[in-house]
Amino acid sequence: MNAFRQPNFLALALRRGNFLLGGVLAGLVALLALVSLAWTPHSAYELDIANKLNPPSPTHWLGTDHFGRDVASMIMVGARNSLLVGFVAVGTGLAVGVFLGLWASARRGWVEELIMRFSDFAFAFPAILSAIMITAILGPGAVNSILAIGIFNVPVFARVTRGSANAIWAREFVLAARAAGKGHARITLEHVLPNILGVVVVQATIFFAIAILAEAALSYLGLGTQPPHPSWGRMLNEAQTFLHLSPHLVLFPGLAVVISVLGFNMLGDGLRDLLDPRLSRTRLAGYPR
Amino acid sequence: MSVFLAKRFAIFVATLLGASVVVFLALEILPGDPAYAILGADAEPSAYEALHRELGLDRPAVDRYLGWLGGILTGDFGVSYTYSVPVFELVVERLALTVPLAVLAMALTVVAAIGLGLHAATHHNKIGDWGVMAFSQLGIALPNFWFGILLILFFSVYLGWFSSGGFPGWGAGTWPALKSLLLPAIALATVQTAILARVMRSSVLETIREDYVRTARAKGLTRRATLWRHVLRNALIPVVTVMGLQFANLLAGTIVIENVFFLPGLGRLVFQAIANRDLVVVKDVVLILAAMVVVVNFIVDLAYAAIDPRLGARDA
Repeated sequence: MNAFRQPNFLALALRRGNFLLGGVLAGLVALLALVSLAWTPHSAYELDIANKLNPPSPTHWLGTDHFGRDVASMIMVGARNSLLVGFVAVGTGLAVGVFLGLWASARRGWVEELIMRFSDFAFAFPAILSAIMITAILGPGAVNSILAIGIFNVPVFARVTRGSANAIWAREFVLAARAAGKGHARITLEHVLPNILGVVVVQATIFFAIAILAEAALSYLGLGTQPPHPSWGRMLNEAQTFLHLSPHLVLFPGLAVVISVLGFNMLGDGLRDLLDPRLSRTRLAGYPR
Repeated sequence: MSVFLAKRFAIFVATLLGASVVVFLALEILPGDPAYAILGADAEPSAYEALHRELGLDRPAVDRYLGWLGGILTGDFGVSYTYSVPVFELVVERLALTVPLAVLAMALTVVAAIGLGLHAATHHNKIGDWGVMAFSQLGIALPNFWFGILLILFFSVYLGWFSSGGFPGWGAGTWPALKSLLLPAIALATVQTAILARVMRSSVLETIREDYVRTARAKGLTRRATLWRHVLRNALIPVVTVMGLQFANLLAGTIVIENVFFLPGLGRLVFQAIANRDLVVVKDVVLILAAMVVVVNFIVDLAYAAIDPRLGARDA
């Protein structure tokens, strides 16, 4: 948190190669998603059977699918779905999980035991299992995939937060703060949270990336975003059927997933370097020889 | 240590029971009447009545839950509505594919990740480190099912070395069966390796900064001996935790990859069951998959205590 408050934070951030490249890639995907709200090269929904399975051309930059739909336009609209699912699912996991992890670490005893057992228990249901159960009850859909990914994110953040926070609670400066009469809540906010923020941010970016991957996987399996709304996973599922005829169809939606995930991961790495100078020092120190 | 083990075992059993309650509530109580869920709202009344009785839905929910749990413990998983065969037979047949696939992928992951992570950390800021980090960045971003499709495209469609899917069964011989699991396992392991190698690298880098490592070097221990005796064991603690966390991802990945390669494992079974509205199979398979995650987490807890005996001592 202290690092965010530094006046030269942005200047430092812009000097980090991974932060910059990650920002450019993630920004590009976000821009595509935003532009798709107002404009796409062609309709992402309109069928044109006469032009099905066309290779990339000046008219259709990334070709057309088996229904003659423009692949570039579908990828742009698909970016919207991916980012939305990622933001809502990770936001939910982050808010609930970090709160539970900090609470468990501050109170210890039965509160910690209860939260960690809940966390262990929720861990038994990876996003895909939750999605399978939710689909069996409610049917497939984007909201259900958000629910499934969000449920899985809560224990992940709770566990990571609690683990890192416990290490901070054992440090001398926390002992000093306690001796000075600070309460659990104040120590958590002033000492524990700022010290674990780097870990949480790194986890959040990794899990944002994982959420995009999970959404793509659920859509690939037919449990996520439903037709006619385009989604990258569903595009890959349909493209696999035409692997022999039009291999280019499996390239572009997959690349879209990779670019998004790579972008958010690199952004997270850059932030970690900025927020956790300890790790940066490690890089300079290297292996003791 | 025995108190620690007893406590962990009690938690393990409680988690399993909790998971069974959630699965039962989610798939038998929440959907309303499972007979309607299976047959659809426009079912013939006589067919509905027959299925209602067959599924034992005229009994109270608690009786049904205890009967289901007792059945699972004794190997009676009920009868599949679609296949009209005991679910236990279906599951055992499918596990013969899913378990070897997950184990093969995990084995490839552990060997590759520990090796790559260690190499990167000990060659910090050199070309080997950059190579591992580039692989890791790219690998983490790869959707395993897309990588699976690309493997099919390259090795099956272009080179023709592997079939593009399917499983001949273990009866066809160990090599043909393993060969059909190789591409799916590589697809699963590549992504998992990218994550674990990164954790391993960070963990080793953290550990080698510790004072005891510096002391070990100062007292004249060689670089290699310090690495094996002091760094590796301590660096493995977070790696084992992440491996436990990753197992859930691996299992999820297995479900997806089975669908990419048309492998008749538990993943395919559960999707076919959803399509056929076979809730008996869905309920059993989801519980089995959840139980697998719980069992692996329990093993990770034990491994964690074995690597760092202080944890067991603190809990005791």
